[in-house]
Amino acid sequence: MDSSTLIAIASIVTAGITTGVGCMAPAIGEGRSVAAALTSLAQQPDASATITRTLFVGLAMIESTAIYCFVVSMILIFANPFWNHVIAQSTGK
Amino acid sequence: MRLSPDELIFWQYGFIKLNATIVYTWGLMLVLAIGSFLITRRISLDLKRSRWQVLLEMIVITINKQIEDVGLRNPERYIGFLGTIFLFVALASLCTVIPGYDPPTGSLSTTTSLALCVLIAVPYFGIKYQGFSSYLRSYAEPTVIMLPFNIISEISRTLALAVRLFGNMMSGGMIIAILLTITPFLFPIIMTAIGLLTGMVQSYIFTILAAVYIAAAIGTRRPKPEHKPEPEHTA
Repeated sequence: MDSSTLIAIASIVTAGITTGVGCMAPAIGEGRSVAAALTSLAQQPDASATITRTLFVGLAMIESTAIYCFVVSMILIFANPFWNHVIAQSTGK
Repeated sequence: MRLSPDELIFWQYGFIKLNATIVYTWGLMLVLAIGSFLITRRISLDLKRSRWQVLLEMIVITINKQIEDVGLRNPERYIGFLGTIFLFVALASLCTVIPGYDPPTGSLSTTTSLALCVLIAVPYFGIKYQGFSSYLRSYAEPTVIMLPFNIISEISRTLALAVRLFGNMMSGGMIIAILLTITPFLFPIIMTAIGLLTGMVQSYIFTILAAVYIAAAIGTRRPKPEHKPEPEHTA
């Protein structure tokens, strides 16, 4: 197994694991925060504007971690610097 | 597969490239500027108003109210900056219904420049309404030990703003492109509709976060809150 195959295997497997874990954990976090927001909305409907705005900002904060994982896996698949290096070396020879 | 509209180049002369990001950004700027100019050219103050003026008033009033809800007291000072960001990002994601259009916010360079605008605007408003020395002193609160962490948080939240908007916009286009190869007809339409919703939510969040950062720079970190005596004629 040469180094380019190793890089390809590592990139693809890592991209899958990154997206998988990076979807699970923020999903749990978002579910918990939405549940808490719904509870407080049911208890205090008057404060719905504040709760909703804070919920949106918090959800964006949580979701950005998922987005980071997504961006990393997209870079690993479509714009992998190590893979590009191997390609450039093999075409240069 | 194109990762960003940067890679679609319309015109090139030497190292000067005119890619899709720049062209679509200019198009959006034209639409916003000419649209606002045409609407506000014949502005009326009496009860009889054109429907476009009513639309513009609704947008401005809503943005003002949202900025005020975050904790900025005079939203007229900030709507020039925050409202422009909101309208640009919202229109950029709303125009995805036009075929052949890529949102310029799906490019990391656009979102980075927007986030850099926020990075500059926060100390600008902070110094303008709090004073130079007291704004600088707010970096060393509560203790001097927190100084490097405050500076790191300035930089990291700029990075987070840029990557969040870029990732959301790019993932929308990417998911549609992947689904087009799997289920060609129905599913991409639904994902486009969800993408419209995501784009509006992201533009709202970008604006609100910028407003929260500005509010933190000018409002809560005051050196000495003035304790005004309560008015006595309450009874």
